[in-house]
Amino acid sequence: MSLDPVFMPAPERHVLRKALENRSFLVGLVITALVAVTALVSFVWTPYDITRLSVANRMLSLSAEHPFGTDHMGRDILSMIMIGARNSIAVAIVAVGIGMGIGVPLGAWAAARGGWTDEVLMRVNDVVFAFPALLSAVMITAVFGPGAVNAIIAIGIFNVPVFARVARAGALSLWPREFILAARAAGKGKALITVEHILPNIASVLLVQGTIQFALAILAEAGLSYLGLGTQPPMPSWGRMLFDAQTRIAVAPHLALFPGLAIVITVLGLNLLGDGLRDVLDPRLRRQR
Amino acid sequence: MSLLEIENLSLEIGDTPILKNIDLSIAPGEVMGLVGESGSGKSMTALAVMRLLPHDARADGRVTFDGIDILAAPEAAMCRLRGDDIGMVFQEPMTALNPVKTIGEQVAEGIRWHTGANRADAEARARAMLERVGLPERQFPLTRYPHELSGGQRQRVVIAIACALKPKLLIADEPTTALDVVLQAQILDLLRELVDENRMSLLLISHDLAVVAEMTDRVTIIRQGTVMEAGETARVLSRQEHPYTRQLAEASTHVPARARAPGRAAGAEPLLKVEGLTRDYPVRRASLFSPARTFRAVDGVSFALGGGQSMALVGRSGCGKSTLARMVLALDRPTSGSIRFLGEEIGARSADELRVARRNMQPVFQDPYGSFDPRQKVERLVAEPLHLLDGKPDGARRRELVAEALEQVGLAPSDMEKYPHEFSGGQRQRLAIARAIITRPKLIVADEPVSALDVSIRAQILDLFADLRDRLGVAYLFITHDLTVARAITETVMVMHEGRIVEAGPTETVLGNPQTEPAKALVAAAPDLQRALERRLVRSAG
Repeated sequence: MSLDPVFMPAPERHVLRKALENRSFLVGLVITALVAVTALVSFVWTPYDITRLSVANRMLSLSAEHPFGTDHMGRDILSMIMIGARNSIAVAIVAVGIGMGIGVPLGAWAAARGGWTDEVLMRVNDVVFAFPALLSAVMITAVFGPGAVNAIIAIGIFNVPVFARVARAGALSLWPREFILAARAAGKGKALITVEHILPNIASVLLVQGTIQFALAILAEAGLSYLGLGTQPPMPSWGRMLFDAQTRIAVAPHLALFPGLAIVITVLGLNLLGDGLRDVLDPRLRRQR
Repeated sequence: MSLLEIENLSLEIGDTPILKNIDLSIAPGEVMGLVGESGSGKSMTALAVMRLLPHDARADGRVTFDGIDILAAPEAAMCRLRGDDIGMVFQEPMTALNPVKTIGEQVAEGIRWHTGANRADAEARARAMLERVGLPERQFPLTRYPHELSGGQRQRVVIAIACALKPKLLIADEPTTALDVVLQAQILDLLRELVDENRMSLLLISHDLAVVAEMTDRVTIIRQGTVMEAGETARVLSRQEHPYTRQLAEASTHVPARARAPGRAAGAEPLLKVEGLTRDYPVRRASLFSPARTFRAVDGVSFALGGGQSMALVGRSGCGKSTLARMVLALDRPTSGSIRFLGEEIGARSADELRVARRNMQPVFQDPYGSFDPRQKVERLVAEPLHLLDGKPDGARRRELVAEALEQVGLAPSDMEKYPHEFSGGQRQRLAIARAIITRPKLIVADEPVSALDVSIRAQILDLFADLRDRLGVAYLFITHDLTVARAITETVMVMHEGRIVEAGPTETVLGNPQTEPAKALVAAAPDLQRALERRLVRSAG
């Protein structure tokens, strides 16, 4: 008799080996690690001090001293990108943290309770989803004033429904399973079952979604900063560097090129990492190959 | 001259050998049974004939069908063959049909593709074919979707698709395993009729010796990719010359040796007493304004079960067996009626008040794959019901209890360090039983506990149930559609039909001499190796 298991995870060591064989995971991991290391290094060392302006050296082209050139106030672009990475990552971590921290419990709760609780929570979710995220972020920062903190909150709020949906869908597919019935027969309540059985089993899906939201958060922060609603000077941000560069793009295209590349590469790396993680962690996709 | 000739077929997937030197031949109009346990290579043999093997599979040997060398034929030739001269019926009718296409389209699709018939002609032929398999257009218009049909009806559609072009060979891979016994008998009858009508050959893949004995002319028994025995069905299965054949036959009619069940003390309150139990489910409204309707899954059920007794609850799929079990386990609330366990009403109690009842009543489920959280180790999984004890045992005591439970079900205490996927199906069912007995319950409710297992494993698990009853004095409520399980291990049986208990009494009496229509239907449809062989011998003698 052929019994096809619906869901059979491989042992953990297999996951690790699969991960190292997966090209997009590896490339994504390397790029993401590179950005993270750059950000960490910027705390202790940057090639130049970016708070010191030097009008004499403004808009220098690429050279050995300034590998990425200097901006319109004579600051070293490499140094600004390094510090900007720190800023982007911090914003994205907190924003995704807010989204996960609120969204996952909400989604898991909706799935566990069902009925009206589920209905109301998910309809509220839909409403938040229906607003264009960036536009609403613009509104929030316009009301509460521009700044990195408000940008983080605005981006975080729009991560909530994404995680709530993913968590709810994952949890709903688990609740009717027999091992959950067995846990209920062992007298465990819904909260305890959610913590012990549901969350560990949906963690991989959430992790994958996390990397994608992380990339989106970096993009959103760059967008808000570009509009002047995110990170404020003198703190450098990739988005604001783009904004500053746009009027001078004919004179010094490198001003726009490097922050643009930084955004593209980081987002690409995170997306590759997410794709790779999905392949590695999803046993169904894994078996097909 | 045989229609299908498999010579010396070997198959490897990756580096794992799947089949070794398989020989098998089917003459035109012949019914061949292919018997084996999980992982024996039955399905892979069928897929090799269809050349639908996984990408990394490598096949050696010769497969000749109607003069065509299958393993060497170009893909285009195979496409012409599949669904035209070779039809296939799969185990799971739910997944073998496309959910977004009507049944008419799905039957007509193959006809149009292979014969180039136009839409109207193909539809007319599809209509005739569906009528032939027992789905006349008056009741089942061609515009129905698969989800609007029951499991048995869906399997009829799958058969209609496979037989629409009058194939020379039909391959049926466990075609009735997902169906209850009554449906199984109907589908097998249909297959036999189609074979006789069209002089079609049939390769019937099954793990069930009784089904094979009933249906086939010749049988091939395989194990671990190797042919163990082959020959005429009646001779092979009645003489049982090969030790493996005998082992299979014994396992499929296995009855655990058991001590007599303890007599119920007169006057004492039974362990479990159910009265007038009813459960209604709301049915989704057809439109916003139509009145809310309910479906009565369980309808006024009453019964009592004494300590140490075991009782079977048998019935067709969808009759309400599992709903009843869930209410007894307090996993679902009854609409009305009472469930008294150990003298206490449990129907409408809070989670906290249920702790004592739950400690004394544990479930074992059907699916050995779905019963365990794949991300936890055995120690935590088996220890889960210890949550119900008043003083939570500390780590060392917990490990002690888990080790003891594992030993009682025939596993090693060291197994507690493993994950569930490291165990086979039968071992996992042992784990499920270990989890159920760790709190020393008085009642175990087992919902189809052996129906997903191979016959030899099934025999071992039934022995384990019988053994645990002798040692621990636990009572069982077995929910099953398999009457051999009921016969093997229970004293009393209840037959359930459309939510009601229609017949109840001692197992031998009820199953030996059923009185009501639903019970008679169940007993008549249940495959029985001995009866099938006797019928066969009479037929060949006469």
